[in-house]
Amino acid sequence: MLAVTITIPDLVTFVLAAAIVLVAAIGVVVSRSPVHAALCLVATLFGIAVLFVEQNAEFLAAVQVIVYAGAIVVLFLFVIMLLGVDREEAIGKDPLRAQRPLGVLLGLLVLAEVLVLSRLSWPIGQPHVAGPVGGPSSNVADLARAVFTTYLLPFEITSALLLIATVGAVVLARRPPRSAGQPGAATGQPGRATGQPGGAIGQPGGATGRPALDGASQPDAADETGTVRSPEREGAPR
Amino acid sequence: MSIPGSWFLVVAAMLFTVGAIGLLVRRNVLVMFMCVELMLNAVNLTFVTFARMLHDVGGQAAVFFVLVVAAAEVVVGLGIIVAIFRRRAGATADDLHMLKG
Repeated sequence: MLAVTITIPDLVTFVLAAAIVLVAAIGVVVSRSPVHAALCLVATLFGIAVLFVEQNAEFLAAVQVIVYAGAIVVLFLFVIMLLGVDREEAIGKDPLRAQRPLGVLLGLLVLAEVLVLSRLSWPIGQPHVAGPVGGPSSNVADLARAVFTTYLLPFEITSALLLIATVGAVVLARRPPRSAGQPGAATGQPGRATGQPGGAIGQPGGATGRPALDGASQPDAADETGTVRSPEREGAPR
Repeated sequence: MSIPGSWFLVVAAMLFTVGAIGLLVRRNVLVMFMCVELMLNAVNLTFVTFARMLHDVGGQAAVFFVLVVAAAEVVVGLGIIVAIFRRRAGATADDLHMLKG
């Protein structure tokens, strides 16, 4: 009786989107290269967006594609390309032998737990606290009314969160300033003090050894001098 | 409208499981981060499904906030990853044992 109400286009859309979501999610997990994982993540997010559209959440589907596939995955790819970590990972052997089967077992336990819990019945609160889905007005209008009336305070807190995240990202990505109090300057950096142009810049952790990045540190040092000198150049005429 | 909501919930549960397994199994920090995104998306799908089943658009508002929090989390997390990679070359989570006694 339930199957009668399902129309063929709905069924085809759902099955295709669900298959894309699950296969691409498995691709994220098993792919060796982080770039391939990021591309599989894009496929997963598009499949989720299709499932959103199928449930009358058009605005969220658009936001999903724009924010997730357009911004977050691009950010991932930026970091992958920037750090040069797109080399493949030795996925065959695991240092801890028991971790992989244990991880799969725990994941399947989570799945079983969710499926068991879904059989129970839960008391839910009062429905229609924020308006029905699929009413006479459009999805965007419904969602906007909910966000800007019922959830106005969380919405405002969200703006503070975004500001804090922006400041945090800038602070984290900034190169440490050269100052005498830096731990890296105190431990001494023999490789940089022997005539490299960027030797005076305190970079903590330089003495802990970066064996694989030695070849890449030459343009890095040149870049540091450029970025450090530029404010002096700009500040001189003023 | 016609697909029953439980189907979506099953897909979301399986997606969450895949993300959780990936987070537990993989060693690359970036891929672990992507698995966190998978789990967040599974929860988003659950929210949207319940919003449709219960006729309440509040679930979609929750997804909106999850999206914002996920964006902020990715920004800060990737900043931390960049800061870690600047100090050491190791790409895996096993190399980050600075707090080990």
